[in-house]
Amino acid sequence: MHRTAVKKVVLEGVLDANEALAQANREKFDQAGNYVINLMSSPGAGKTALLERTLERVRGRLRLGVLEGDVQTTLDADRLARFHIPLVQVNTESGFGGECHLDANMVRSGLGELPLSDIDVLVIENVGNLVCPAEFRVGEDTRVMVYSVTEGEEKPLKYPLMFRSADLVLVNKIDLLEHLDFDLELFIANLEAVNPGVSRMLVSARTGRGVDEWCSWMERRKPT
Amino acid sequence: MHELSIAESVVQIASRHANGRRVTKVWLKVGHLRQVVPSALGFGFELVAEGTPVEGAELELENVPAAGLCSNCGAKSQLGNFPLKCGACGGFDLELLSGEELFVESLELEEV
Repeated sequence: MHRTAVKKVVLEGVLDANEALAQANREKFDQAGNYVINLMSSPGAGKTALLERTLERVRGRLRLGVLEGDVQTTLDADRLARFHIPLVQVNTESGFGGECHLDANMVRSGLGELPLSDIDVLVIENVGNLVCPAEFRVGEDTRVMVYSVTEGEEKPLKYPLMFRSADLVLVNKIDLLEHLDFDLELFIANLEAVNPGVSRMLVSARTGRGVDEWCSWMERRKPT
Repeated sequence: MHELSIAESVVQIASRHANGRRVTKVWLKVGHLRQVVPSALGFGFELVAEGTPVEGAELELENVPAAGLCSNCGAKSQLGNFPLKCGACGGFDLELLSGEELFVESLELEEV
């Protein structure tokens, strides 16, 4: 029998399925009254350290919850456990050796473990990676990126997808500036080139510099 | 490597629209600003298509250049590398017209 081919027009977005799940997460967050931050960075930029400093400060003022995303281990969640906050770890290792980002479905799988109605601000700490997390919405209100000065000035130009998608950039490890050749002005210029007018704060999770400003930023966004 | 997740999603979409038929070719539109690495996507596609109706299908990528409308001078221009700027006046305040596409455009299916 002779086989022939037929062309079928589809026009379906590759990320549509994820978007639909992100929207479902979004509705859950809205019902519970959560402001949701998708926290992204490369590995080792200081997301967890910054969260530790944050939790020390906002205790009693802001009910923070954290969803930790990592390929493997519960090391980050273990670090935050001492704060006795609503906390869940999602590991992405199923699949081909571990996904390099959280997607909406993975976040959904962790939400059952969190008492959402007891949370003002939910921080979703994404897997450390400068590309993939930017592509997958998880139902967040805002995207905050942690960038450390040890990563060099040129990364916004090399990884524009993520830098473009950030609403706020926390420039971390600012206490190391005097020991590095990092050119802060050049970095800001590169950041401006890919994301004109993006908000940024200079912080140090080690010394605590700028952390109050970041905490105030979060408190201002606490749903009323 | 977001290419693998993208490949998984493409294979799912193609399998669903195939209604049990074999898929022999997939046309995918990819905007320039998506930072998709074609070789990585092709490799991932082959891998995740195994054992599905899409196994062995050809993946054809169509790169969509980035274009923007300048809010300053109103010119439409093709955008190259970052910083994205208006080709006419050099302004940075642009409305993106294209370059962020990422969708399965069509499939070639084997007739039963």
